[in-house]
Amino acid sequence: MNHWLTTILIFLPVAGALLVAVAPLPRAYLGSLAALVSLVEVGFWITSASRFDFGSPALQLGQNGSWFSDLHVRYHVGQYAFSVWLVGATTVVMAACVIYGWWVGRDRARAYFALMLLLTGAIVGVFAAQDLLLFYAFFEAMLIPLYVLIGVWGGAGRLRGTLMFVIYTVVGSLLMLAAIVVYGLQQGTFDLTRTGTSSSTWLFLGFVVAFAIKSPLFPFHGWMPDAYRESPPEVAAVLSGIVSKAGLYGLLRIVIPKFPSVVHDWRVVLLVLASISLVYGSLLAFRAPDFRGVVLYSSMAQSGLITIGLFANNDLGFDGAVLQIVNHALVSTTLFLLAGMVERRTATGELRLIGGLARGRPALATAIMTIGIISLAVPLSTTFAGEFLILAGAFQQGWGWAVVGAVAIVLAAMYMLRAISGVLHQDVGPAVSDAALDLRVGELAVVVPLLLCLVGLSAWPNLVSHRAFGGGRALVPSGFVSGGSTTFTVSGPSAGWTAYVPPAGSR
Amino acid sequence: MIHKPHVDWLDLAPALSLLAAAGLLLMVAVFTRGGARKSISAFAAFAGFVTAGVFAIVLDDRSRHASVVMRDTLFRDKWAALAQVLLAGCGAVSVLVSFRERWREEHVAEYYALLTAAGAGMMFFVQAASLLTLFLGLEWFSIALYVLSAIDIDLIGSLEAGLKYLIVGSIGSATLLFGSALAYGDTGQLSFDRIAAHGHGHDAMLVVGLAMVIVGLAFKSSAAPFHMWTPDAYQGAPTPVTGFMASATKIAALVVTYRVLAVAFPHDTNLWRYAIAAIACASLAWGNVAAIVQRNVKRILAYSSVSHAGFMLIAVAAANQLGARALQYYLIPYAAMSLGAFAVVAARERELGVPVTLQNLAGLGWERPFFAWSMAAFMFGFLGFPLTGGFIGKFYVFSAAYDHGMWWLIVVGVVATMISAYYYLGIVRAMFFRDAAELQLAPAGGAPAREVLLGAAVAACVVVTVASFFAVQPLIDLARSAGRVLPL
Repeated sequence: MNHWLTTILIFLPVAGALLVAVAPLPRAYLGSLAALVSLVEVGFWITSASRFDFGSPALQLGQNGSWFSDLHVRYHVGQYAFSVWLVGATTVVMAACVIYGWWVGRDRARAYFALMLLLTGAIVGVFAAQDLLLFYAFFEAMLIPLYVLIGVWGGAGRLRGTLMFVIYTVVGSLLMLAAIVVYGLQQGTFDLTRTGTSSSTWLFLGFVVAFAIKSPLFPFHGWMPDAYRESPPEVAAVLSGIVSKAGLYGLLRIVIPKFPSVVHDWRVVLLVLASISLVYGSLLAFRAPDFRGVVLYSSMAQSGLITIGLFANNDLGFDGAVLQIVNHALVSTTLFLLAGMVERRTATGELRLIGGLARGRPALATAIMTIGIISLAVPLSTTFAGEFLILAGAFQQGWGWAVVGAVAIVLAAMYMLRAISGVLHQDVGPAVSDAALDLRVGELAVVVPLLLCLVGLSAWPNLVSHRAFGGGRALVPSGFVSGGSTTFTVSGPSAGWTAYVPPAGSR
Repeated sequence: MIHKPHVDWLDLAPALSLLAAAGLLLMVAVFTRGGARKSISAFAAFAGFVTAGVFAIVLDDRSRHASVVMRDTLFRDKWAALAQVLLAGCGAVSVLVSFRERWREEHVAEYYALLTAAGAGMMFFVQAASLLTLFLGLEWFSIALYVLSAIDIDLIGSLEAGLKYLIVGSIGSATLLFGSALAYGDTGQLSFDRIAAHGHGHDAMLVVGLAMVIVGLAFKSSAAPFHMWTPDAYQGAPTPVTGFMASATKIAALVVTYRVLAVAFPHDTNLWRYAIAAIACASLAWGNVAAIVQRNVKRILAYSSVSHAGFMLIAVAAANQLGARALQYYLIPYAAMSLGAFAVVAARERELGVPVTLQNLAGLGWERPFFAWSMAAFMFGFLGFPLTGGFIGKFYVFSAAYDHGMWWLIVVGVVATMISAYYYLGIVRAMFFRDAAELQLAPAGGAPAREVLLGAAVAACVVVTVASFFAVQPLIDLARSAGRVLPL
């Protein structure tokens, strides 16, 4: 059943969504049904990870069938080693968010849970699709549930939030559609494992803009503050934890392997934009007036950091980027959920109105403290491992980039500590009533497993970083390059890879 | 002794079965009354469309080799047959949507008679192989549609719609007729393939004729700048009629446009290709920009249909096999989405008793979840989002344009789609995102009557919209075998 596993991972939540949408169950049971489906999904991911051969750089657990033949579009899904981690982060985060939504008791439960599960399927599809058109279909399909989830269950400014979100995303993805049509027809196939490289700057830009909007990277982040602030917290968690990673994944899976020469020419531009995202995002996070604002701008900063890792273009950078993608998915989800929990207690996230929440609420204080410390990358944490790898990779590219990264990490400590003290310590804010409860069992059931995942990864970051590209050190996300840790043998249509693959001894 | 031509009855069967239904319906109008008249006439019309559809399927199956029958006046091939199947589907769904519309009792049977007559005209029109049958078919279904637009005489807008459609449509017909006369005058031929054989490229008279034929057909497909009648006619006409016009008329007009251009004017391909591309760009620009400022949902959908005419004309402008395939494929989800969207509008209209605007769509999402989610599916489909055939349709159209190197048409199409996101998602927003306090609940009377037939029609449209995304291969195979008929 191995070759069915990816398909199951994509369509199990979709089937669950249909079941939730039509099942003649009382509303109270819909949440538990959805939570069950999302947990089964995690189970299937564990199964697929255990059956995955991390020693091999090849596409695994795949399925390949014709969708429509005259334009050579195929239903081709499968996972590379790094996809496994992205899919894993998706299933875990979505399970946490679905369970949180269930615990909070979102109204209009039928539509809510159906959309959340549909979203799960679409995101997994993005990370598993190996055909460009299929990838695009999943990429766009993510937008539909997100649009409705923000628009219906969001905060007071949700209409503006959805409008900005949709304008930016639709512009980006349609540029990508145009690029996909041209690229696929030029190549004669849309299958990512078969297409060769292209040196067209226009196509490159079509893809990069779409992914930069999704990530988001400066200057394409205009949609982010409204969308993240006005979403319900668990949807903001999904947006920042997972959906933004779809953009970074696109850079890793499509832009870097398919446009090697253009990437080479544009690397500095991309690194500059990523650095600006990193520093500017960190500064905005430091100035943000509310808890969620800190988290959302830090999310933008992290996207910049990961992008630096990707375009450092060496094993260290790639390994670090994948590890940091997984880390940040978990960190950001936890932070947004905790922000939501704080907002439930105080009806506001504004730091000047809240404060002193630690008093008499040990569980909440411990959770926020732990995740805050992990997110500011203290040594021994998994985020430290990820950021260190990225910085080491960036250093090889040029020490300036590493300096920018290091400065931003200091900034991260500043904004995160400011947020922690603003929420937990200082004087008790006017919005905090004594009756505000500590974390309840249901909330702990969501937060603690996420924290445990992070603690586990902190103990063993190699779990991801050594298993991100298969074959130990093989750099490349596909069958383009085969070989072990010492030699890079380039084969197939992507000989362009050699142009920027660093010499094997460089680490 | 009079020599009569050999009559290919099977080729005529779709049109004739609908004509028979129309005749029967006129009898029904005379011999029945009350509720019986309503049910019997709806059933007869439905049966007529189903029969026509079955005949069209048989015709499709038995027309492996394209041929021209009836003394070079009608085609018998898969290009026409596939369009006929679609037309029959549109007609059948329209009957389901129409059933509970509040027709005046004395008009019920006439309404269905006109609907079937219009259907018959379109069946005939898509087979046209000569300028004469082309004009005959066009007038046949147009006149039926003029009356259908104005049939709800209690509605002021309906009369206005009928009149506007009549006047502007007549200009279109006249233009087509004049163009046909010029083409005939130049070549001395009426049938398309002989015009091609006798015509020469860049012959001034023929080119003027070609231009006028294009304009005449563009009036029918409501492509800008010949769309002036569209918003008013769509808004004023009874909603089931609007749905039928938006889907069936567009199918007929675009399919015939492609055929006439490809078969009769192959010498001037490089001329009409750019003319069509220009019309496509104009439709995309005008339709989308004008739709943004509309508040009435029927007007939004009218402008959306103008913009979709633009998308489908991109496929025509490509003038290649891929384009022919793209057009036939695109029409399938497009017809389903149009019919379905107008059906939902009709349902809301019957519930509220007032024209449907963005304002009073509010709350539909939670009061009538089935209709609202279907409407959302149609809107996402129009927008070209995945999980709907609209996505694949746009993909094919863009591929066809790229295949001929007209990449700038992709750019125009992409920009148009970006703009269209505003109003399509605006409808979704109106249905789902309003606060409960803003909801305008249905007027007194509680839940509306259950509309089983309308619900079935909407469900069928949703199924086609979504299934055409998953089952691309069989549909595209049909479209491919249809497209092969054209000499591209």
